[in-house]
Amino acid sequence: MASLVGSRVERKEDGRFLQGKGRYTADINIANQTYAIFVRSPHARAKIKSVDTSKALKSSGVVGVLTGKEIAEDKIGGLIAGWAIRSEDGSEMKVPANPPLAKDVANFVGEPIAVVFAETLDEAKEGAEKVKVDYKVLKAVVDPADAMKSEAIHDGVDKNLCYDWLLGDRKAVDEAFAKADKIIKVDLINNRLVPNAMEPRACVVDYNTASEEITLYTTSQNPHLSRLVMSAFGGVAPENKLRVVAPDVGGGFGSKINVYNEEIVCSWASKKIERPIKWVAERTESFLTDTHGRDHVTHAELAVTKEGKFLGFKNETIANLGAYARVFGTVTPTYLFGPCATGVYVIPAAYSNVKAVYTNTAPVDAYRGAGRPEATYTIERLVEKAAMELGIDKTEIRMKNFPTEFPFKQTLVHTVDSGDYVAGLEKAKQMADYAGFEARRKKSEVNGKLRGIGVSSYFEACGIAPSAAVMSLGCGVGLWESAEVRFNPTGQISVFTGAHSHGQSHQTTFAQIAADELGVPMENIDVVHGDTDKGTFGMGTYGSRSLTVGGIAIVNACKKIVAKGKRVAAKMLEVNEDEIEFKDGEFVALKSNKKKTIGEIAFACYLPGQRDEMKSPIPEGDEPGLIESSFFDPANFSFPAGSHICEVEIDPDTGNVKVEKYTAVDDFGRIVNPMIVEGQVHGGIAQGIGQALHENTQYDETGQLMTASYMDYTMPRADNFPEFNLGFTCTHATSNPLGVKGCGEAGAIASPPTVMNAVIDALGGQEISMPATAEKVWKACKTLKKSNAKAA
Amino acid sequence: MKTFNYHTPKDVKEASNLASTSSAFLAGGMTTIPSLKLGLATYKDIIDIKSIKKLSGIKVSGKSVTIGATTKHAEVAASKEVQKAIPALAKLAGNIGDAQVRNRGTIGGSISNNDPSACYPSACMALNAVIHTNSRKIPAEKFFTGMFETALKKGELVEAVEFQVPEKADYQKHPNPASRYAIIGVFVAKHKKEVNVAVTGAKSCVYIDKDLSKKLSSSFSSSAIEGMKVDDSEMNSDMHASSEYRANLVSLYAKKAVEAC
Repeated sequence: MASLVGSRVERKEDGRFLQGKGRYTADINIANQTYAIFVRSPHARAKIKSVDTSKALKSSGVVGVLTGKEIAEDKIGGLIAGWAIRSEDGSEMKVPANPPLAKDVANFVGEPIAVVFAETLDEAKEGAEKVKVDYKVLKAVVDPADAMKSEAIHDGVDKNLCYDWLLGDRKAVDEAFAKADKIIKVDLINNRLVPNAMEPRACVVDYNTASEEITLYTTSQNPHLSRLVMSAFGGVAPENKLRVVAPDVGGGFGSKINVYNEEIVCSWASKKIERPIKWVAERTESFLTDTHGRDHVTHAELAVTKEGKFLGFKNETIANLGAYARVFGTVTPTYLFGPCATGVYVIPAAYSNVKAVYTNTAPVDAYRGAGRPEATYTIERLVEKAAMELGIDKTEIRMKNFPTEFPFKQTLVHTVDSGDYVAGLEKAKQMADYAGFEARRKKSEVNGKLRGIGVSSYFEACGIAPSAAVMSLGCGVGLWESAEVRFNPTGQISVFTGAHSHGQSHQTTFAQIAADELGVPMENIDVVHGDTDKGTFGMGTYGSRSLTVGGIAIVNACKKIVAKGKRVAAKMLEVNEDEIEFKDGEFVALKSNKKKTIGEIAFACYLPGQRDEMKSPIPEGDEPGLIESSFFDPANFSFPAGSHICEVEIDPDTGNVKVEKYTAVDDFGRIVNPMIVEGQVHGGIAQGIGQALHENTQYDETGQLMTASYMDYTMPRADNFPEFNLGFTCTHATSNPLGVKGCGEAGAIASPPTVMNAVIDALGGQEISMPATAEKVWKACKTLKKSNAKAA
Repeated sequence: MKTFNYHTPKDVKEASNLASTSSAFLAGGMTTIPSLKLGLATYKDIIDIKSIKKLSGIKVSGKSVTIGATTKHAEVAASKEVQKAIPALAKLAGNIGDAQVRNRGTIGGSISNNDPSACYPSACMALNAVIHTNSRKIPAEKFFTGMFETALKKGELVEAVEFQVPEKADYQKHPNPASRYAIIGVFVAKHKKEVNVAVTGAKSCVYIDKDLSKKLSSSFSSSAIEGMKVDDSEMNSDMHASSEYRANLVSLYAKKAVEAC
């Protein structure tokens, strides 16, 4: 039987998604449900003097109004930071309380203050307008670079500083810098991004007054974690009385990792008002309150020899956490950023210092790539600038500093198990016709255009593991994943995974894996996820972990099924277990060539006997049934890597930047489904080009979000992209039995520096910040024209 | 959305009689509906004029193209007659918003709303359009009076827009990358006796750039306006584009339009 792993199997999901048959949270309705509307702070920073709900309560159709006062009285806990970071001086990070409904002070525009439940959505809106909140507006802190000099917005958080974190050896770096021929310096802003999942957040809560169970349908990337947090920290209900279901979810990109205010409030309130509750975010609410991404201000330096060898690296970054520290908010700019900032290079000495600050803006958390795009942008801008300043070819300088032996002990934390960075860059050069660029540049010049080429080589640390290591670094949970493989008596199989698919196509790829392991057709396998009442506890999907961690748990559970199957088959075929071979779904007794299919074994496991014969197929020590589970905790991260090359053409009259060519060569280890992987890379590159050229989150100085709709926030569109030219190299990961590496974030990690390096190349080395919007580029073109005129 | 009375008058007279200080005419609803949904506008009465047949359609005579108020952008873009008489007008309509907008949005709605970044007002100005309402005919230069303001009075309804067929014309726009409204749009029309350069997006209201028009009237070639500085003192400056950038684009796109004529 041909292996399904590695083939372009069409997506099982497509049928229902493309025909509008997806079942999202907003599609769920419970009889007798009420509609929730949240009253949100219109101010970025304000004292809440009073909240008057009396008029709202009398409003037509209003069932109840709840505020921060009631939720505090009921001792419902707030939102949490999932990762405790220690400062360089050993002190613990400073984390302010983040109540689900703000009671005393509001810290960003959109923060919920109260909630109104009514019979209809319009009545809830009407009621919400009648909640009177008396604010004392305070001066907002908005710019992360100024936050440490501004008034503290949270009690007990001096200088608005959550932590001042260091990884690396300052002294060794100073020594390396002293030996350098040249110091390359960059000042970078990694622009804040709004995730913009296609489906806005939503929740539907059904409290069963008889069983006292709460069922929460919600837009989550990790329903089990949501339940854990809501139970352990929120105190909403004991875990066994809380069921969290994340049905079809229309994209997350990290923004649906967190348990949010609305889910906690509606779950608590459903019990209080004894009615089901439905809440669906409007797009503006998504802009204002979904966790945002990136938002770093970085100064970085690279010490080099005149031959282009890297000696040392330093990275001083201010990371904006927004108003509160959320689940991955504190780890994203530290352990997910700092260690990766030395990139794919041998650099003898390095450090990353990150100061994380609070501001009166929406909380910032993981967003596709989480820390690694920021890291890659930092090092790849430096490397490109070094090549330019030293007059060395930009690919050559990279080759010069790539490790050639694996495992590669990277400067700060990671030991990269496998890879071939040279092969990746060589292939990318070839596919991009790197050698032919000068001719294309000249051709553009003749047409009055500026053409530039940019390269970036990246690696990614994904599938964070092992649990003991991540917990030692402050993580609140272990990052293993679980799976359960259940044979039904009639031979169909349910594969339960703790990962969650919100665009990743797990129903297809996980079925491919299980089908190969069990030797059954994919059609016989259903992948079940997203419901805490189904399957074992799982950690969810983020950080490109589903396949490398969750997929392996499936493999291991399948192997247990096969192992038991062998024992049963041996007994049924009356041979020793070691005389049984399992191949293509059949247990074959090697000598006699007698066989049992895995379906027959499953049947026998559930119906262990037959009429008139007192004989069980179940061996001594085994139990009936055919269900196995596995919890997989990898020994290491997985480390995808690659090189991307981009060519842009700039119209100096308008500043318009056109991405002319984009080549990506990635190493994702063994590839389960090339079509789906290509889709992931396309999406990632699109998001990265969005960051580099289009997406521009702007707050004004009072903390109002100026770009809170698609009228003002530029999402990239299909006509902004060329056809992506994709290639793969393949070195198998050694940290998991499939040899797979994560692929979900790579495109978003590699592409911003690739595009920006091309833009800056076209501009003759003039640095501009992301996003390189037409006007910014136009201004740079004018400067270039002036300096060229001067030179002439 | 607040409740309102929804009317579907059969003719213009009935529509006009229903109008009050708290009413709105509804055609494509491309601005009215989002405004209602976002709570930016509330009306007691919504008067839907889409079913008034007389208001829709395209008529072309030798000297003019007359487009009914509720004619959709997609219809103008696809009209063979418009494409032949004033190709620039068909092109303009075909680049408004996206396919959904073009299949609902109407010319009457666009000019009555007079969004400072809308495309159609520039065509009206450059093509010496006459706006036919249920009570009078208003020349374009008197119709667009300010940001989101027109000469229309209460109960007055645009019935059609009559464009003068030029010798040559072209429309060039620099779209806002987010909304795809015009950051600036320049409509250049060469008539027998004069050249009009109408600009949208740059200021609070569409206008004729007199300097560019004058230069091109005396010599209709892109070299006549090459590198011409446009005064940016009254131009919009916002997070999408500074006034300096807009001024540069006006001059540049005027040139592009002349070259495309």
